[in-house]
Order: sequence, then structure tokens, then C-alpha cells
Amino acid sequence: MKLRRSVDRGVRILFSANAVLAAAVLVGILLFLLIYGIRAFIPTSAFDPEDPLTHPVKIISFLFGTRWNPDAYGQPRYGIVPLLLGSVITTFIALLLAIPLGIASAIFIAERLKGGVRIAIKMLVELFAGFPSVVIGFFGLILLGPFISRLFGVASGLNILNASLVLAVMSLPTIISVSEDALRVVPYSFREAAYALGASPWTTALKIILPAARSGILAAVLLGFGRAIGETMAVLMVAGNAPIIPRSLFDPVRTITTTIAIELGESTFNSIHFFALFALGFILFLIALGTNLLAESLIKREKRSFTL
Amino acid sequence: MMKEPPPARRIYRKLFISNIGFLFLAIPLFAFILFIAYMIFYLFSNGINVLSWEFLTKPPVQGMTAGGILPCVIGTVYITLLSLIFSIPIGVLAAIYLAEYAPDNIITRIIRSAIRSLAGIPSIVYGLFGVALLVRGIGIPPSVLASGVTLSLMNLPWIIATAEEATHAIPGSFREGALAVGATKWEAIRHNVLPFAFPGILTGILLALARTMGETAPILFTGVSYYTSGLPQTILHKFMALPYHLFVLATQHDQIMKVRPLAFGTAVVLLILVLTFDAIAFIIRLRIAATNKWQV
Repeated sequence: MKLRRSVDRGVRILFSANAVLAAAVLVGILLFLLIYGIRAFIPTSAFDPEDPLTHPVKIISFLFGTRWNPDAYGQPRYGIVPLLLGSVITTFIALLLAIPLGIASAIFIAERLKGGVRIAIKMLVELFAGFPSVVIGFFGLILLGPFISRLFGVASGLNILNASLVLAVMSLPTIISVSEDALRVVPYSFREAAYALGASPWTTALKIILPAARSGILAAVLLGFGRAIGETMAVLMVAGNAPIIPRSLFDPVRTITTTIAIELGESTFNSIHFFALFALGFILFLIALGTNLLAESLIKREKRSFTL
Repeated sequence: MMKEPPPARRIYRKLFISNIGFLFLAIPLFAFILFIAYMIFYLFSNGINVLSWEFLTKPPVQGMTAGGILPCVIGTVYITLLSLIFSIPIGVLAAIYLAEYAPDNIITRIIRSAIRSLAGIPSIVYGLFGVALLVRGIGIPPSVLASGVTLSLMNLPWIIATAEEATHAIPGSFREGALAVGATKWEAIRHNVLPFAFPGILTGILLALARTMGETAPILFTGVSYYTSGLPQTILHKFMALPYHLFVLATQHDQIMKVRPLAFGTAVVLLILVLTFDAIAFIIRLRIAATNKWQV
């Protein structure tokens, strides 16, 4: 009996240690990005007043600088603005498409589909969420790129429009499945009450269920945003990647994620450039973490509002 | 004094309008499904004639303009399996803790929230973390090991989420039955919960496996290579991987058009691998739904 009790206690401690370990990964990522990123802003051991490549970046010119050009002879520039703008613009256009399409799909699945068909469609959506991003990027590169270039008569189809379309498609599964969950959380009694008052299923879905699920749906939008702004490989393949402030839909664009992917390999370890890329990663991490925490609290709020 | 009920025709008209409305909502969903189907069809119809026994069993030759993709398949299998060796035990144990033991207090809430947030961290950030912690911090060279561990950190929260859900779905009465006849909590979980939660946990692991195989960003700087001669000798060697190989053939190679068929072939092989594991996972999930009456 004593042995069984101590086995029981040991198992509990072992299991909890693993949960703590998993949670510690988040703290680890935060710390490492911070420690590495911050070194772009303080003089390193290689600091040489004569060599501008070793000069630390000023935080102001990092956050508000409008040029990202680490290789410039004489005066490397580490302004995050064009990259942040690239990420935000592509994500914004993607969501402009994906939000209405995703929510419409979610309403249809939640209110109209039942049993096997519903499960099959949800699985297909989940399946696409797990598609390798290089495969989607490849598709955008060889099919969407030439199509855009021909349709609009522009020299290259690798631009903001292409990246936004690819990101729209990639954030759709997230938006669909999270909004669908949010709609299903609304108790069935809401629908019965509306039907009893003579509302049609259509009116019920739009006027009763959708507003009741609004915080969950907002969470879906946020998670879709997080998915789109963090995507790397697909954007890398279709965005054209010039680190300039774009002027039209057909300009190439460089995002935060793709800058890290392109430049980390060619930057020398312990250089200002290397650490500046970690600073970019830290910004990306903060955006993703903030989005997720907010989305999580919105989902919780919706669930709480239906429990008496 | 009661008002006349509306004539049946008016009700029918109302329902008709309602159905037309839903029909409009269905259009984007069906467009999306058609898009997915077309994409798969397009890649397969272009890549299927490249597939051959040679393509799967030969290394790339002549500056990667001919030959096969054997080292990429092997590399992808290595890093995926290695990542699961780390993340399955940690993930499943953590999930059981969260589902069965964790008290409802602030610490548990922080742990759960941290693990959920991990799932939303962009994969390129995991790549940076892998470089900082494993390559520069611990001193593991960019290799199968460094990439495997980086990927395991990334798929850990996916495994925990599905395993916790699967464990949580087992009704309380299963545990109570064992506890009533004198079992300790662990014995109750071991004999009356885990056997029933196992298929659900397995589903999560298979989905994580499929997604891990297609990931590129986390391995970019932790060991994947443009080209290696031969297979990785040990887990401390660099390797080639299918998704990165596709990226290279599609955008980095200096004879892009010449290697396009090989890129299609690589995409198809990667897609077949990913879809196979997804399909197995979905079949298991459908069987759970069909056999376990307590799960809805």
C-alpha cells in the first residue's frame, strides 16, 4: 500500500515536471531573443570607432528608420519600418479577403451542415492548415505569379498582391475553424427561442447567433492575423523580397519573417547584423504572443458568457 | 381573440429566402474546397510522371539537375522521428498532468496559457531560438540533432493540445469506478483512462508528424543543407530535407526551368507523405467517433 502511494506521488511529480518544462520553452524563447536582440543596441567586443559595421544600432533608428540595408558600404541601416509595413500590408489585405470568406464558411458549416459531411469538411479544412507552406508557396510562384503578371500586365507576378492572396488562403483554415467553434458554443436554446418567435434560420444565424459569438469570432480573426504575419516560406517564395517601402499592389515586398530567413544565413555570428535579426525576431514574438493571449481571453469570455 | 396563423405559403417563402441566404454563404466554402482540390490535382498532374523508383532511391546528380531525392526523404524522416522522440514523452506526460492532476489555480492557468501561446509562435522564431540555444548556446553543430530538437520544441504544444483534449474527453465515471474499488489515482488513470484516450493521443501525434515533415523555417539555420554528398553519417551531420529541397529547386537553383520537373516531383512526394499521415489520423478519429459512445 505504501509503495503504491509513493508511486502515485512520484508519477504526479514526474508529470507536472513535464508540464512545467513545456511552459518553460516560452520563457526560454523570450529570454534568448531578448538577450541576443538587445546586443544589436550595445557595443560588442568587436566595436571599432573607425568601422561603421561594428557600430551599435540606435533604438530610435531601429524602430523608426525607413531603410533596411545592412550591407551598405560605409553606413549600414537597420530601420524596421519597411519590413513592418511589408508584414502589416500583406497581412491586412489577406485578412480583408479571408475574414468575410472565412466567417461566411463558418456560419454555413455551423448552422447548416450535420454529421458526416460536417466532420469531413472540418477535416479537409484542418488538412489544409497542415499543408507544407513551401508547397503553397510553390503553387503561388508557378501558377499565381504568371497569372497576375499577365492579368495586370506587370513585369513580375511576385509582389504584394501575390503574397496577400497566398496569405489569405493560408489564414482561412484558422479563421474558419475557430469561428465555427465560436458559433457552436452558442447554446441551442438561443436558436429555439428565435425560431419560436418566428425567425427563419437565416435571420437567426445572422441576427442572433453571430452577435452572440462575436468575441469568439474576433479571436478567430486575431489568430488568422497571427498565422499570416508569422508565415515565412510561402511569402519568401512569392513576395519578390525587395526591402523598400511599397507604393502599389504590384511592388515587391519584404516582411519581417522573410528578412530573417534571407539574412540570418549570410550574417556573421556576433555581428550587429546578426543581433539585429534577433531583434526583429523579438518584435515578431511580441506581436504573436500578444495576439494569442488576447484571442485566448476572448474565447474564454465567450464561453463564460454562456455558463450560468 | 388569437390572430390567424400565417398561411403556409408565407412560411415556405420565408424558409426559401433563408435557404437562398445560406446558399450564398456556402459559395466561399465550396470555392475554397475547389481551390484545395485543384491545387492537389495541378501538382500531381505535373509531378506524377517524374515519380519513379529511381527518383525515390537515387541521390541528386549533375548539380542537382538530374537523379533523385533519396537524401531528402531520409533527412526528412530522420529529423521528424528525432523530434517526436523528444516531444512525445514530454508532451503526453504534460498533457496527462494538465487533464488529470492540475489543480485549478493561477499557476496551472499560466502553464496552460504559456503552452497554448507556444502554438501561435511563428516557426521562424523557433528557428532563431534553435540557433541561439542549441547551435550558439550549447554548441551543437547545425545538424540532424539540432534541427530535430528545434522541431520538437515547435510540435510539443500541438501534441499537448490534442493529448489533453483526448484525455479530458474520457468521462469521470471511468476514474470513479477504479477509485471506488481502491485504486490509487495513477492506477485509475493507467488502467481506466489512458487505454481509452490512446487513439485520440495517437491522432494528435500523427497530425503533428505530418505538419513537422513540411516545416522549413525552423531547420533553415539549424542544419539543413543545399546539397550533401551521401546520407548524414551521424546525427551531428548536416542533412537534406524535402521541403527545403523544393524551396531550393523552385527559387535558388541556377537552372530553375531545367529543374522544374524535379521540383514538381519533390512537391508530390512531400505531399503524399504529409497526406498519408493526415489520412491515417483522420481514419482513427472517425473510428473513435463511431465506436466511443461517450465522445460526441
